[in-house]
Amino acid sequence: MKTGFVRWSFARCRKNLRSALCGAVCLLVWLPILLMLAASFMPEDELLYRYAEPLGAGREAVRAALLPSYPAVSPYIELLFRSPGFFVMFWNSCIQVIPALAGQLLVGAPAAWAFARFSFPGKKQLFFLYVLLMVLPFQVTQVSNYLVLDRMGLLNTHLALILPGIWSAFPVFIMTKSFETIPDALMEAAYLDGAGEFGAFLYVGLPSGYAGIVTALLLGFIDNWNALEQPMAYLKDLFLWPLSLYLPGIAQDKAAVAFAACMVMMLPPVLLYLNGQSELEQGIAASGVKE
Amino acid sequence: MRTAGGIRRRQSRAAWFFLAPSLAGVAAFNAVPFADVVRRSFLDAMGKSSVGLDNYRSVCGNVAFQLAAVNTARFLAVCLPLLMGISFGLALLVFRRDGRGNFYRTSLVLPMVIPVAAIVLVWKMILCRDGLLNQFLTWISPLEGWSLLPGGGVGRWEGRWETDWVNGITAFPVLVVTYIWKNAGYDLLLWLAGLASIPESLYDAARVDGAGAFARLRYITVPGLSGTFGLVLILSAVNSFRVYREAYLLAGSYPDMSIYMIPHLFSHWFLTLDVQNMCTASMLLIAAALSVAAAAAAGRRAWRRVTGR
Repeated sequence: MKTGFVRWSFARCRKNLRSALCGAVCLLVWLPILLMLAASFMPEDELLYRYAEPLGAGREAVRAALLPSYPAVSPYIELLFRSPGFFVMFWNSCIQVIPALAGQLLVGAPAAWAFARFSFPGKKQLFFLYVLLMVLPFQVTQVSNYLVLDRMGLLNTHLALILPGIWSAFPVFIMTKSFETIPDALMEAAYLDGAGEFGAFLYVGLPSGYAGIVTALLLGFIDNWNALEQPMAYLKDLFLWPLSLYLPGIAQDKAAVAFAACMVMMLPPVLLYLNGQSELEQGIAASGVKE
Repeated sequence: MRTAGGIRRRQSRAAWFFLAPSLAGVAAFNAVPFADVVRRSFLDAMGKSSVGLDNYRSVCGNVAFQLAAVNTARFLAVCLPLLMGISFGLALLVFRRDGRGNFYRTSLVLPMVIPVAAIVLVWKMILCRDGLLNQFLTWISPLEGWSLLPGGGVGRWEGRWETDWVNGITAFPVLVVTYIWKNAGYDLLLWLAGLASIPESLYDAARVDGAGAFARLRYITVPGLSGTFGLVLILSAVNSFRVYREAYLLAGSYPDMSIYMIPHLFSHWFLTLDVQNMCTASMLLIAAALSVAAAAAAGRRAWRRVTGR
């Protein structure tokens, strides 16, 4: 009886400790986000009173708050209706990201299918090339890309970001790993039912590899939405800049809307993530097996 | 025999059909210009006459390159073990076979999704000279004239902390922390997938045999994750170059010496259109990546021979 109680309270204690640790770690994630959320609902004078130094408006002690003293939606109204610059940059981001992702799907998915389901001479070496391209930091491929874009006269256009984005190697890797998990029996059944190679890819491969495709696109979206190095290198004109390059300077430009702009920029990737979370977990899981 | 060969040939032709669009782009944007990069790394600045290995000699002798290379190597050496250890610990903490604990998982992956440009304002809020970290340190430093870190290198002690965490020797740890904050979630998902692939029956058997929690971790979990380990390492290393975004947004393009890394160097060379230096340094980086990959493959082969698996 006594040992039973001791063991019960010990297990209980460990469970609580575990929850407390999890909670503490999650707090580390949530606190910065909540600080930002609260700041995005502060009117300009409160912002300048609380966050003068981070906003570059003089040196005064930061007075952080998780709730605004004078909650206001005015920053959002100012941002969405009276900041044409923000609008332009937001659309620039969309124009640069969405075609690149569509291209990744059109070009990368068939390539991944070839790597995952076929055997052909040179496959191993080619896949190694893709993995190498994936592993090399942007700065290494930057020179190659720059030389081509320069030759094609595409520098300082949206295409300078879209085209190299389409042929990114990472989505091919993720989708290949996901297509590899499709059981052979399923494919054999498709072929027996008279599906051609393309039909099998379209009607069996794509639906079965759905999680991998979503993962590749989601990670691609996050990466491209965040792009900093590429636009910095290839875009000279301010009116072509994406949000990721414009946002850091917005504090100097219009301090009042800085945090609201951050929240709006955060929204698309966060919503996409919350929607595709289970696919993302499956897709990343698939990339981990059969290394 | 004939049919088998026929099928293989048909498959092979279909494979090239699927691959063609991707290969064409990779060739156009990477393979063909790469040949140009190789060529230019052996030519003079005008791209006319060959200079042999002079470019390599001058890049290797370049102080900025040495600094950037050493800093990048140091960053990787510090970050990768830390990140992998922390994310592994978190995975053990969060992992549930019944799929519960979803909220924790979602929370921990969230930083990966949040744009750097957005979160950087909060980092400034915490790290600036009158920011939250300094206020906290002032608050816990009980006596005037007493500092947590002696020597005044980190905290100039004049009654309160006024360290500029981002511009100074502390920029390096700051960068490490932001990197881990952002990337732990991704590695966590990889570890969790690895953990889920270890069959529960192994643990049950070990429990029946009287293995404690540590023994189960040491003899079942860790060996079971050896495949995951390689991928986590590679992807963490890939992501580590993206820390330039944080470095640039926090400290600008001329940061403290301790966080001047390869991407900074390349962006400076890019501004001055120093193509021949960039080509040469690219070649060096590719050589470094390939030699690390070769060493890893050799290490794995040796490991397999030793363990006989």
